[in-house]
Amino acid sequence: MKRRHFLQTTAAATVLPTLLGGLPIGAYGFSPELFDITGGATQTDRVLVLIQLNGGNDGLNMIIPTDQYSALMNARADIAIPQNQVLPLSVNTGIHPAMAGIKNLYENGQIGVVQAVGYPNANYSHFRATDIWTSGSDSNVTITSGWAGRYLNGEYADYPNGYPSTANPDPLAISIGSVVSNCVQGPSVNMGMAIASTSSFYQLLSGGVDAAPNTPAGHELTFIRQVIAQTQVYTTAIQTAARRATNLSPLYPTAGQNALADQLKIVAQLVAGGLQTRIYVCNLGGFDTHSAQVPTTGSTTTGTHATLLGKISQALEVFQDDVRRLNVQDRVVGMTFSEFGRRIKANSSKGTDHGAAAPLIVFGTSVNPVLHGTNPVLPANAGVNDQVPMQFDFRAIYASILKDWFKVTQTTINELLPSSTSPFPYVPVIRPGVVNGTASAAKTNVAGFSVYPNPVRDRATVEFTGEGGHVQVLVYDAVGREVVRLLDRTLSRGPHKIPLDVSQLAAGSYYCHVQEGPRVSSRLLVVL
Amino acid sequence: MNRRAFLNKPATTLAAPITAVLARPAIGIDDPPADDETISRFANTSLPTEPRSLAGISLYTGSWGYAQAAHLLRRCLFGPTRAEINTAASQTLAEVVDRLLTAPAAPAPPLNVSATDTSVPQGQTWVTEPFNQTFEGARRSSLRAWWMGQLVGQGTSLSEKMTLFWHNHFVIELGDINDARYGYQYCALLRQHALGNIRQLTEEVTVAPAMLRYLNGNQSTANAPNENYGRELLELFTVGKGPLIGPVNYTNYTEADVQAAAKVLTGWRDNTTTIAGYYTASRHNTTTKQFSAAFQNATIANLGDQEYKALIALIFAQQETAKFLCRKLYRWFVYYVIDATTEAEVIEPLARLLVANNYNVAPVLRTLLSSEHFYDAVNMGCVIKSPLDFTVGTCRQLQMVFPAASNLVAQYGMWDYLNSSTNVQQQYLGDPPNVAGWPAYWQTPQYYEMWINAVTLPRRNQLTDLFISTNGYSRNGANIKINVIDLVLSLPPATAADPNLLIAELAQLLLPITLTANQLTYLNDTLLPGLPDFEWTVEWQQYLAAPTNTTRKAAVETKLRALLRTMMGLAEYHLS
Repeated sequence: MKRRHFLQTTAAATVLPTLLGGLPIGAYGFSPELFDITGGATQTDRVLVLIQLNGGNDGLNMIIPTDQYSALMNARADIAIPQNQVLPLSVNTGIHPAMAGIKNLYENGQIGVVQAVGYPNANYSHFRATDIWTSGSDSNVTITSGWAGRYLNGEYADYPNGYPSTANPDPLAISIGSVVSNCVQGPSVNMGMAIASTSSFYQLLSGGVDAAPNTPAGHELTFIRQVIAQTQVYTTAIQTAARRATNLSPLYPTAGQNALADQLKIVAQLVAGGLQTRIYVCNLGGFDTHSAQVPTTGSTTTGTHATLLGKISQALEVFQDDVRRLNVQDRVVGMTFSEFGRRIKANSSKGTDHGAAAPLIVFGTSVNPVLHGTNPVLPANAGVNDQVPMQFDFRAIYASILKDWFKVTQTTINELLPSSTSPFPYVPVIRPGVVNGTASAAKTNVAGFSVYPNPVRDRATVEFTGEGGHVQVLVYDAVGREVVRLLDRTLSRGPHKIPLDVSQLAAGSYYCHVQEGPRVSSRLLVVL
Repeated sequence: MNRRAFLNKPATTLAAPITAVLARPAIGIDDPPADDETISRFANTSLPTEPRSLAGISLYTGSWGYAQAAHLLRRCLFGPTRAEINTAASQTLAEVVDRLLTAPAAPAPPLNVSATDTSVPQGQTWVTEPFNQTFEGARRSSLRAWWMGQLVGQGTSLSEKMTLFWHNHFVIELGDINDARYGYQYCALLRQHALGNIRQLTEEVTVAPAMLRYLNGNQSTANAPNENYGRELLELFTVGKGPLIGPVNYTNYTEADVQAAAKVLTGWRDNTTTIAGYYTASRHNTTTKQFSAAFQNATIANLGDQEYKALIALIFAQQETAKFLCRKLYRWFVYYVIDATTEAEVIEPLARLLVANNYNVAPVLRTLLSSEHFYDAVNMGCVIKSPLDFTVGTCRQLQMVFPAASNLVAQYGMWDYLNSSTNVQQQYLGDPPNVAGWPAYWQTPQYYEMWINAVTLPRRNQLTDLFISTNGYSRNGANIKINVIDLVLSLPPATAADPNLLIAELAQLLLPITLTANQLTYLNDTLLPGLPDFEWTVEWQQYLAAPTNTTRKAAVETKLRALLRTMMGLAEYHLS
């Protein structure tokens, strides 16, 4: 057997923290010239980012049916968000106030919400339900491979034999976190490379290994770790991509504060660096909120679940900002998923127990920025066994993404997602203009829009290119209140720079919103 | 054949390539790790300088518990099971060492499991049948598999670890001697004396047919003594080579001593019918052999077929012989760095003990394995597992179930598979790479680091990945794999149901180094991605409540597999 076969099998199948000697990325600024020379400008491949929310996300407190508040309050008065604090997405549907960033992205055409996603015969075991979601199986069928892994296996049938190669030098999938996600488990080997943690990613770039004690055992441990790093076949590809691009958004939180933002930061860097990896899997844990998902005293808009949703919101917002600045935003879409939603009725511990269907979020400039489906219909007085009924099978979302984003044929989709209920109905989660090629995502945005400096202390500049119509430039605070109306009149066609005085605004997050006719764009603005 | 061909190669090529490799830039896509890498670019370029123990060989009086028992058994067995460690921890150190030094009864000989060897029916032994080249391959596989079976099925005894020690010491290569019956006789001899008298073993090995053939003793005649065995006897098997202090003078012996020893050893041949060495007076050099000052200018007059014993007695009268043997034992059981303190406080007293006990090895092993030095924390976890330790240890520690003796073909087939696995990891029972044994025990300054390189490490990972996979490995209709559910069911129920206790229990079984808090968190996240601890308890209890529910079983099985695969992928798992 060829030794390379062993190597690749190992790289794919074994989770090992990685590293290897190389130049630290700090030595390289982002250089468009270098980018072009190295071929980064020619990437046209599409990227899918899967965000696994471990534990079972309480969808009813994330996407909120504002038309059914009495039923909601009957079921979960202890934990429900006060109606007047819900941020509206539409007339009847709102979003948790911790997700102002998501609302902003939604209004900016970069978020879609799919209501009540689940599958027949819901399973309430974390492990089993996770296996169902990652494998794409029917509830009563065990499939050991992952849905995305089967897709990749079809595309790269011989993997890992002969990989990496000149044609395919990069990992087919990358999962960031302690487990190589089962999503990308192929029929025989995992199709993904695992990056154990964000810190091991930076260790990989810098060529360090974990510190070991100054003992003989520590000496041998360091030696073995170095060899482990050496045998990660994709180390060089990752280092090369990371050297080609530097994250450009200034909005990233300090490392360690938002695990999801930290992971997505790596994704943005690698995508922009030209890595041809098609699928990234990130994850955020802690959604198993059986108790104290809201504080014992104080507002239900704060606490454990609010913090988690706030992290998602912040992470997606900064990620979208970064991929826009890196000029790769139209290549990337993503979706969140969780193994299940939670019960309609709260328990007596200010928490919720394992449930069934829940909404999921799709994001990116290429997604269809609408609410798919309708609000779940809640019983007037939900009992402990009442569940949110399924409206969309989760595999319908997978199938539609495969079809519209990766151009997979229906026949292949049927093979990839075997089910007693297949074929699954089509859900237009990708923007129709992207699917049929008639309109790029850019046409829905205001051209050349930026706000700088950002973060800003006193005075910023709002810049955009107008089409010669009526333009509004508004600043909203984090909960959606208008705080500045900078501009509300007709402007000439062409570039404009409008000074924005923020000295009267309290420090915090705001949204600067520019609209001209059907085009709208908005940016998170951080005032110091 | 020149069995030294390999021996000199690393010594001459090591220094230069290592330097060259280190000077190379980080590998690129077009420059993957060389397919033929035999020494890692990260291996020692000089001996490590981390602090070593100052303790000597006085009786260990510190606490005795799981950690100490595990340390002892890791070094003395091929992967101690949890039950073995717990039993040892519940006994006294003296009781455990007594048990380790008790040799089990000699195992029944290897059996024929092939259709090729028609000399005997399947299930019967071939070891006394006439030689037949057509059957040799099948018999050699049978012998090798049988030997592997002894390792996998070992009891709490040093017998197998010491048998392998002697194999690495008194090397023969089955591929060279080309007679599996000789090979079996050699194995039986090593096992018989594994915990016994070194001088007697040396005597018997000297005239064993396998050794006579391997080092050309069978071609050594009165007028044309073949120096091969005489040289290795001195250089590798007994007194050892010291610094070159004069022309052809290696301190502990000279070239003249090699020639004199070769003359002493003339006259012996191997008999393929009796499977024994035999003496022919007419081939023996009857002159009086003159030894150098290294041997106090001793002479050995003609003693016929007893003369080789006089030579061995002369060699074993040298204190250097005892020191050489004790250093080798030390590198086998403790660590490869022997600094001045270790030499003075451990090697020299052990050598005196060996001499005082007339070269019986058991008292030396007892003292070393009961010493303050052995249980010094700095001596724990610093041995890199050999491929046999790694492979057999995985099978044993993770309680893999092998086919029963009632299905011999399947049973030998699995043992044979393990041999092929260790072979690609660069250790093959019965065939060390050359007469010096595996370089991990002599090649300075790399020593144990010789085992791990860009070729062998992925092979180790591939093996554990296979064993932890859903399907495991199948051959002859039988299957071996790590049954994670059974493994966890064998733990106390409260441990199995608590994710952190479970991880801690598996860690102290599988890893000789205490993990950091970060590592434990990482493992917890592997078992329970993003979930609170109690969810493991819930899922595990749900499985226990309905153990035949395949869905529930699959749910916990998947997670346990992920956990164990991660643990076996840790660098720590390669340490002993």
